[in-house]
Amino acid sequence: MAAPYAKLPAWVDYGLIPLINVTVAFLVAGLVVLLVGENPVRAAQLLVQGAFGSGDGIGYTLFYATNFIFTGLCMAVAFHCSLFNIGGEGQAYVGGLGVAIVCLAFDSVFPWWINLPLATIMAALTGALWALIPAWLQATRGSHVVITTIMFNFIAASLMVYLLVGPLKPVGSMAPETRTFAEGAQLPRLDWMLEMFGLTIRSAPLNITFLLALAAAFGVWVLIWRTRLGYEIRTMGFSPTAARYAGINQTKVIVIAMMVSGAMAGMMALNPVMGDQTRLQMNFVAGAGFVGIAVALMGRSHPAGIIPAAILFGMLYQGGAELSFEMPTISRDMIVIIQGLVILFAGALEHMFRPTIARMFHMAGGGTLKPTPQPGE
Amino acid sequence: MLGFGNFEAWISATDGTRMAPYAIELTGINKSFGPVHANKNINLAVQKGTIHGIIGENGAGKSTLMSILYGFYQADSGQIEVDGKPVTINTPNDAIAMGIGMVHQHFMLVENFTVLENVMLGAEGAQLISGSITKARKELKRLEEEYALQVDTDAIIEELPVGLQQRVEILKALYRGAEILILDEPTGVLTPAEADHLFRILEQLKEQGKTIVLITHKLREIMAVTDNVSVMRQGEMVATRKTSETSVEELAELMVGRHVLLRVEKGEAKPGAVKLSVENLTVKDGRGVVMVDNVSFDVRAGEIVGIAGVAGNGQSQMIEAIAGIRRAETGRVLLDGEPIGVTGEADPFMLRKRGMAHVPEDRHHMGLVLQFEENENSILGYHGDAEYVNGPMLDIDGIRSDARDKIEKYDIRPPNCRLKTANFSGGNQQKIVLAREMEQDPTVLIVGQPTRGVDVGAIEFIHKRIIEMRDAGKAVLLISVELDEIRSLSDRILVMFAGRVVGERGPDATEGELGLLMAGVEGEPTREAAE
Repeated sequence: MAAPYAKLPAWVDYGLIPLINVTVAFLVAGLVVLLVGENPVRAAQLLVQGAFGSGDGIGYTLFYATNFIFTGLCMAVAFHCSLFNIGGEGQAYVGGLGVAIVCLAFDSVFPWWINLPLATIMAALTGALWALIPAWLQATRGSHVVITTIMFNFIAASLMVYLLVGPLKPVGSMAPETRTFAEGAQLPRLDWMLEMFGLTIRSAPLNITFLLALAAAFGVWVLIWRTRLGYEIRTMGFSPTAARYAGINQTKVIVIAMMVSGAMAGMMALNPVMGDQTRLQMNFVAGAGFVGIAVALMGRSHPAGIIPAAILFGMLYQGGAELSFEMPTISRDMIVIIQGLVILFAGALEHMFRPTIARMFHMAGGGTLKPTPQPGE
Repeated sequence: MLGFGNFEAWISATDGTRMAPYAIELTGINKSFGPVHANKNINLAVQKGTIHGIIGENGAGKSTLMSILYGFYQADSGQIEVDGKPVTINTPNDAIAMGIGMVHQHFMLVENFTVLENVMLGAEGAQLISGSITKARKELKRLEEEYALQVDTDAIIEELPVGLQQRVEILKALYRGAEILILDEPTGVLTPAEADHLFRILEQLKEQGKTIVLITHKLREIMAVTDNVSVMRQGEMVATRKTSETSVEELAELMVGRHVLLRVEKGEAKPGAVKLSVENLTVKDGRGVVMVDNVSFDVRAGEIVGIAGVAGNGQSQMIEAIAGIRRAETGRVLLDGEPIGVTGEADPFMLRKRGMAHVPEDRHHMGLVLQFEENENSILGYHGDAEYVNGPMLDIDGIRSDARDKIEKYDIRPPNCRLKTANFSGGNQQKIVLAREMEQDPTVLIVGQPTRGVDVGAIEFIHKRIIEMRDAGKAVLLISVELDEIRSLSDRILVMFAGRVVGERGPDATEGELGLLMAGVEGEPTREAAE
């Protein structure tokens, strides 16, 4: 019998508690910095400075956040159907193939504003198709998606290596990558957006995909909470027996949810491939698929939570790079530790402080409090 | 405060004559969760060697009170005495040390452990368990014999029926030396036969000098086994009575705080055309065992056909097959004269469109998604109807205003369509399901266990609605393990035993007569066999 969880006001649930979790994660990370003999306050300053201190810093932070918004949405859609799609990494990687095909074919034919929608569709399609087989196996054979999607990550990696050292590599080149796309497949930067706030950008690759990511977040919200399909996905996620009772086609819902999830991951490829490097490179996903898990957990699978969580992780990526540059004793791996702590406190230990906070509110006499009746009392 | 003076009088009356101190005496117990005062100044005295019932509606504070006694919660104020000695109980371990054992409503057993392993769990006594296993086995044998609680010591828990699992829970408590046994809603998961068996066990334990506290909201159980009964309402102890000096009517009134009709009044049925026709239906369960064996019957417009039977005799599989949730092996089901394809393409979604509404037996797992807002559950299964969607989009405003209408019409409390469904009480959750299914104006209404886990006050309301549906000319198929409910609502009663319909009776059939049929004792040739 668990102690009754008091219902907390939304601002505490979605604002205060995540904030406390992140703060504690940083405090513990500070201890780690202290252990290697550096000043944690200075380290924190460098981190925040690096991420938000300049136009370029902000540009990079939002550039990374763009990737994480897409992969976070990928996880969130699957979570709502109670599926753990750990294959975001592979789906994003294969999504890159979809982007590259459009770009290589049309980069000297169409302008960017025609190529972008085409590439978006192809990226979503390839990502979705990469999720199709695991989804089908889960829905019809009960093969767990966690296992099959991990396997598909490896298959994706092997496939892409084959393509990038073979068919997609320009003749005579030594690098495992495609040729650089022509101007028609290079996305416009968002320098103007930051310049509105008086910031200057020299090299940050923040591009129009960021706006596409925000639109995708809104789209996922509409899909999950405002459409019949989303209703069926959530019913399925909470209670498969209730879904059966309601006459929901379970196979269809699982397959569609996984494909939407894969499409979100696939679209992530637009940002680095078309928006930054303007060519398809090996390992361009660089773990963003896995960071998406943490982002979705921290954002509670809600787009409004995923965007700030993605920006937080973007900050850790960008600020962390600056930090290890300024403080050589803090290596890249240390940054990974800090990210791990954030995941630990924000994800795994999400409820650690909740009872204490609930009690404090109770003592403060918050009038909106009431214990959740235990089912079957 | 109804009957409180009576309680005081009763205390003083027994005070002079009592031989031993009370097994449990609670004085002035208060407990609040935030602004909710779950227990208000509770006094309770349980005599040694008696069965003491605590009755009250869901949320009356019974479970909170017992959780305080068992050390799950600490009271904000008040005193606990066990065997006349004041004690503080901070954890369940303290309670166990004082000889208090608890059998929870939801069993606390490790499903894939054996009976012996479960009984020993937490009381192994040493680092190496081989020695204590032998000791425990001997002790368990002794307990089984002493209290006539036979179980196969080496059986795996999940392979035992619930009745036996509960017996293991009781043995677990006795193994730890319990003198006072608290049972929280022990019959919620039991069939009537298993419940009767449990009551015999309780009688036996009482004869051996154990004290038993029985928490329930079922009046019949209280009347059947208890010596004394205390009634709780909205966190207060409103009365304590000797069971022999009270009646079901009085207890119901004390529980609800107003007069309740335990048996609804209804007029003559006016049966019309056959709306639902079941022909030679055979259904297997997931393991391939035949659960419904060649069953045939009709339900006409304007009548309630009740299916009586001990749980597990195929009723669940049968209604799931009729409602299109489970595939049937053979047979036909006709809805309004048209076959629905129970062996193949029947689909709950299509059946609803064709006028079949279904209130499922298991509202927590099937009828509702507990994590959803109330309004989201009010469209479950109808979420594709033109009324609630615009193309692929849900019509959120329409859904919510529709939900608010149903809340008002069915008096669902609290009246908030945005509240999470898990936060409604059992009775109100059931009303959400009923409102959804009845307001679709179906031709056929299938109702499974309409009042399981529902408060007395809500039962009356639900029964009235079901009769209203009948009077509106709907064909109603009712499945319930509560014989009282079947008898008070049905116009015709079919009894199921071992997957077959073994008899049909009118609403005036006696409980004994139906009971024998339910036990498969007095079978008669079924209709299809006679043909």
